[in-house]
Amino acid sequence: MTATVETAPPAGSRGPVPPAPEGSTTVTVKIRRFNPEVDSEPRWDSFEVPALPTDRVLNLLHYVKWYLDGTLTFRRSCAHGICGSDAMRINGVNRLACKVLVKDLMSGGGKATTITVEPIKGLPVHKDLLVDMEPFFEAFRAVKPYLMTSGNEPTRERIQSQADRARFDDTTKCILCACCTTSCPVYWSEGSYFGPAAIVNAHRFIFDSRDEGAEERLDILNDVDGVWRCRTTFNCTDACPRGIQVTKAIQEVKRALLFRRV
Amino acid sequence: MTATVDSAPELAAPRSPRRRPARRNNVELYAWLFMRLSGLALLVLVLGHLFIMNILDGGVHRINFAFVAGRWSSPFWQFWDLAMLWLAQLHGANGLRTVINDYARKDATRFWLKMLLYTATVLIVALGSFVIFTFSPDVGS
Repeated sequence: MTATVETAPPAGSRGPVPPAPEGSTTVTVKIRRFNPEVDSEPRWDSFEVPALPTDRVLNLLHYVKWYLDGTLTFRRSCAHGICGSDAMRINGVNRLACKVLVKDLMSGGGKATTITVEPIKGLPVHKDLLVDMEPFFEAFRAVKPYLMTSGNEPTRERIQSQADRARFDDTTKCILCACCTTSCPVYWSEGSYFGPAAIVNAHRFIFDSRDEGAEERLDILNDVDGVWRCRTTFNCTDACPRGIQVTKAIQEVKRALLFRRV
Repeated sequence: MTATVDSAPELAAPRSPRRRPARRNNVELYAWLFMRLSGLALLVLVLGHLFIMNILDGGVHRINFAFVAGRWSSPFWQFWDLAMLWLAQLHGANGLRTVINDYARKDATRFWLKMLLYTATVLIVALGSFVIFTFSPDVGS
């Protein structure tokens, strides 16, 4: 038995580095790290990762965590763009790591590819790519995102026409990933702004014909931290992994406030 | 071994928001609307002003004391300049107020910057209005 000097796999590793798959190219993944127990300032860490064009950025992060540095911390649950837990800033724009393909980030002309990954901005960073989502959810809860009705409940379901349902269809798609809110420059500098996601979820109920809390929510969003803070930069619409027309939804709330008509 | 029943994670009751309750006032709405309307009015007022002052009849070279005095003898131009002064000043002040709200990090900084802004606005509007209303063509002689 020949004794080979092997460096022990890093802590939390899933074992030795697997062979690079056929057709893969090596890309540099540059990650903004922060370990509150060691660092006083965030720092950049780079990893060389073999990537297939069909890989998602999440696969690269898995590779780093499983084989290169087990201390890398990030959220991901379903890994298929449904749960919305892996929102991060990829090459400067907010995306879900599980929905961005490497082939769309490749630099052309045979140049080396660098993919930068940062935590979403405007929320306190706990560690690496993991941020404190509580301010985000606090704004979400503040717009009362649940059905409000009065009077007796109907014996059967609450009936709604297809046209009434279509009125707020776009904003029902929100998965609360915080891509939009943390792409908003107003939210970056002023955390008390409700942010696009909260307004989207208010919109979902304001324009629901079955709901009776529209006035209450409109009053909340008419406040100094409400929709009038929106500067229509369209960052939110661009960031939304579900393709929600976020800025349009905010404008519709503004219009409802202006004309007091839902 | 006694099983401890973990209570549900700390969740605020849905109807007790931690934010200040919404005030029923429309200040932000009117400020937003004012920006749109004053912007439209300023388009006409400022472009008209620039056209008269810089292009019409030899432009800027004919402007002197007598020219200004002649214009301000007409209530129409007095009103034009007054509207321009007020709208531009309030439009600009509200824009700066928004910028300060967005960028000031500390409440104290925000407060004092806004106080400075409001003071400057009031001073400029007052001084400008005073000049327009009390301007006398005889002051030069």
